Amino acid sequence: MVKEKVMEILAEELGVELDQINMNSHLQDDLGADSLAVVEVIMAFEDEFDVKIPEEDTAQLTTVQDIINYIESKQE
Amino acid sequence: MSKIIATGKYAPQLAVSNLDLEKIIDTSDDWIYTRTGIRKRRISQSESTLDLTYKAALNAIEKNNIDIDTIDLIIVATVTPDHFMPSTACLLQSKLGIDHMQVTSFDINAACTGLIYGIQIADKFISSHSHKRALIVGAETFSKVLDWEDRGTCVLFGDGAGAVILDGEEDKILSDYTNSSGDKLLHLNLPAVPLENPFGAEKKEISRYLTMNGSEIFKFATFAIKDSIDFVLKKCNLNIDDIAHIVPHQANQRIIAKVSRVMKIPLDKFYMNVEHYGNTSAASIGIALDDLYETKNLKSGDKIILVGFGGGLTWGSILYEY
Repeated sequence: MVKEKVMEILAEELGVELDQINMNSHLQDDLGADSLAVVEVIMAFEDEFDVKIPEEDTAQLTTVQDIINYIESKQE
Repeated sequence: MSKIIATGKYAPQLAVSNLDLEKIIDTSDDWIYTRTGIRKRRISQSESTLDLTYKAALNAIEKNNIDIDTIDLIIVATVTPDHFMPSTACLLQSKLGIDHMQVTSFDINAACTGLIYGIQIADKFISSHSHKRALIVGAETFSKVLDWEDRGTCVLFGDGAGAVILDGEEDKILSDYTNSSGDKLLHLNLPAVPLENPFGAEKKEISRYLTMNGSEIFKFATFAIKDSIDFVLKKCNLNIDDIAHIVPHQANQRIIAKVSRVMKIPLDKFYMNVEHYGNTSAASIGIALDDLYETKNLKSGDKIILVGFGGGLTWGSILYEY
């Protein structure tokens, strides 16, 4: 479930098609997110999954897989 | 218990474009524009904060034929004054030649929310009948506190001043809201004078420049704008369709685009001129409001929301009728 929702949010926030996103997609290199767009998707994840993502963690969340792993670990 | 009866603005002549900045730091027009919506900013070459304050105030006074001797309260919102003392407001009083019996003049520091705080304070002074007519100016020369080698901040800001005059004859301020939260981690920081004296306090070298944690402030700003708009709408039992224009603090187009999507408010309801001025801190709402008055055909009764957010952290809004 986390995976589908993460991809949905990325598609909406970054304005890319869902089928362009896979687990290895890199937010900035593949999906065209600039630094502010990264902040925007992080905010959207915080709202959607009701988690707090501190700034020091944000730097490590570079791919879709990273994000899913991170959110699942926060939800446990 | 008051009405905004005049607006005015002033910005230094020199317009520095993104292309001009490309020549002095490693940046690009495209990088700056896509992240901020800014194309150029006005930069003071010799004018002081007082000069900008004076010219914006005079612009509001002259355009609206205000008799300066009717002004009995002067509030200047700035974090870049020329002096800690005397206050910019007192110097403005003298420069305008307002020297009748009783005038209250002081500066306030609420960073980019300064004009909102200033209007709220003035409206309450007027409501209590101690004062009748207030001049409120937000003015900054941010160019003097920017690290022109830090491309992450120096491209964002500009110099300028915006003024409003409030009068107690009519009651058109429908709701006011301010809020604050101590920014103990100094996400938006402009240091003052370090402690130094002969009794043990050794001088510590501190930066004289503004620093900003952009991503934290981006998050804060989107929250603060939504909170401020929601508060005044709820207080007045209105919804967004009742509002003709929202004039937000002009920090960054992307923040407004985000808020517009999150709140489902059409983007064109937000009046923006950040493209031409950059972020002028306490000056921005007054400059934007004056531009709005000059470019849009406002009708009596139009409802307008002013929204500020910035260092402190501070945020707030004013909902009023034109």
